[in-house]
Amino acid sequence: MQKVEVFTGVAVPFRRSNVDTDQIIPAVYLKRITKTGFDDALFASWRADKDFVLNQDAYKNAEVLIAGPDFGTGSSREHAVWALRDYGFKAVFSSKFADIFRGNSGKQGLVAGEITDEDTEKLWQAIEANPGVGATVNLIDRTVSVGSLTVNFAIDEYTRWRLLEGLDDIGLTLRDEQAITDFEQQREAWRPKTLPARS
Amino acid sequence: MSKKPLTLAEKVWNSHLVAKGEDGAPDLLYIDLHLVHEVTSPQAFDGLRLAGRQVRRPDLTIATEDHNTPTWDIDQPIADLTSRAQIMALRKNAEEFGIRIHSLGDIDQGIVHVVGPQLGLTMPGITVVCGDSHTSTHGAFGALAMGIGTSEVEHVLATQTLPLKPFKTMAINVEGTLRPGVTSKDIILAVIAKIGTGGGQGYVLEYRGSAIRALSMEARMTICNMSIEAGARAGMVAPDQITFDYLKGRPHAPTGEDWDAAVAYWKTLPTDTDATFDAEVFLDANTLDPFVTWGTNPGQGVSLLGSVPSPDDYEDPNDRAAAVRALEYMGLEAGTKMKDIAVNTVFLGSCTNSRIEDLRSAAEILKGQKMADGVRMLIVPGSAKVRAQAEAEGLDKIFKDFGAEWRFAGCSMCLGMNPDQLAVGERAASTSNRNFEGRQGKGARTHLVSPLVAAATAIRGTLSSPADLESWTNEGGHN
Ligand code: SF4
Repeated sequence: MQKVEVFTGVAVPFRRSNVDTDQIIPAVYLKRITKTGFDDALFASWRADKDFVLNQDAYKNAEVLIAGPDFGTGSSREHAVWALRDYGFKAVFSSKFADIFRGNSGKQGLVAGEITDEDTEKLWQAIEANPGVGATVNLIDRTVSVGSLTVNFAIDEYTRWRLLEGLDDIGLTLRDEQAITDFEQQREAWRPKTLPARS
Repeated sequence: MSKKPLTLAEKVWNSHLVAKGEDGAPDLLYIDLHLVHEVTSPQAFDGLRLAGRQVRRPDLTIATEDHNTPTWDIDQPIADLTSRAQIMALRKNAEEFGIRIHSLGDIDQGIVHVVGPQLGLTMPGITVVCGDSHTSTHGAFGALAMGIGTSEVEHVLATQTLPLKPFKTMAINVEGTLRPGVTSKDIILAVIAKIGTGGGQGYVLEYRGSAIRALSMEARMTICNMSIEAGARAGMVAPDQITFDYLKGRPHAPTGEDWDAAVAYWKTLPTDTDATFDAEVFLDANTLDPFVTWGTNPGQGVSLLGSVPSPDDYEDPNDRAAAVRALEYMGLEAGTKMKDIAVNTVFLGSCTNSRIEDLRSAAEILKGQKMADGVRMLIVPGSAKVRAQAEAEGLDKIFKDFGAEWRFAGCSMCLGMNPDQLAVGERAASTSNRNFEGRQGKGARTHLVSPLVAAATAIRGTLSSPADLESWTNEGGHN
């Protein structure tokens, strides 16, 4: 997982609340056997509408999503985060996230920052005044800025640390790699081995 | 200095601690054996690829194809596209990451929980995981065996460890002697009916007592298999001479000095006499009847000699509502005698009851008999080896003469993921482990039963036990 500190990317004003994971990625896409390549599935039904915000030229290559309250509710599918990530999003902001979505985000390197409803509106207006403008996300200071506007966001300390260090669950465990190797060295000879294969 | 007395589960846990979790963080446990199948692994391998990681211990990992595999015409391409894609992905991943795989057509192919023990890979005192909830099966050997999710599969592939939260212990004491015609399947169905589908939540169950000690390894596997249906993290039986005898000489069982060292260690595993469990349950084996389910979860079970319960029998409003819904789905009326329920399909198979002993016990009942009119019976061995062995013993001939379909190995009608499904409204007596709505096909109705009840039911066409058969009584069997 890549470390996240400070980055700037095109921001989208996503004036919708209660965006559930079925909207983020419809169930028909869950049959796939990969963990990547879900970019086409993101908001699939909404994207059929040519006026949908992500279909506007200014917001092509968007990386920062500023959404209304209650983002990521509904089914616990991890695919919702995969789809956002595959599309190119590095950060999502909302005044309220569903817990499971927030947890899944942190594990996949997607920043899910909480901002107030008031700041959400301010950010929307700043972006809409200048479509295609970049937003700077600063995980060290916990701020997001558009032009001269800077607002604070909240993220739990543990998730922030993991993102700053670029540690996924496996990366976390591998910090104990020496202990794993030591353990392996004193494993008894009778314990099972699948290779070489005997039949 | 005297050590704190420990249970079997605690001993196995402690001997696998790589790092102790502090401040409520989970412990990091080493995993001795990782079983892989096609459904829950593709995204785990993809995750490894994405992060540029390798499989840490291919030599502790083994893959087999089971959930999606057809049980006949196995030399033809798999028709369903999703199923085929999953199988092809497993083959490709196994090759790329250097993992041993047993594919359709291979003699060691079969249901993952049948293959591990059969190869002698499952043994006492080890940790076993698999991206499948019925991994609890392997606990029959005194192993700590747990089902895991896809992201955990990826974690184990990459690190051979798993962060796990501590568990509580529950003793399931089954004392006495089972009557003829009553099996370990009836024990576990009765246990789940008693403690409920959530009764084991957070616990590792240990099955104990004279009735458990008397069971064969295969019968113990049937019990441990269904621990998950009581919501438990795992189920275990302490290893003993029966365990050692079963293992000895299997392809991957230890040999020579390693065997002696292993047995010496395995003998230290049973729960210390003064150890305490967080909870205890008691069941009398002497009075147990064959058990069958009437509803849509494995806890909705009754004696085969009983009747369909009424929602009014339940005090808890949730249980009552569940009963109303289950009766409607199952198309049953309260008060109907269980033995009056007619089925159109009998399924003998699944990781619960598809081992050679299960097939032998059914064959003994079916021999020389005729199937009831309008009933079809599928007999699906748990692995290609079980199938070969059954054929060597002539069991296939008994099954075919009886009129049953003798299939190739796989999960088959245990779940509707392959072509073996029930049609809407069809009713089955099934030796599998889940009777959930739609599990065996959309609108399908499932009664969970033992292999003996399955066989007797196929003969009579209504839910029956061997004691209901003339042949059984004539031969001095128990009535
Ligand atoms: S036989 Fe059924 S329960 Fe067992 S692994 Fe296959 S699908 Fe799961």
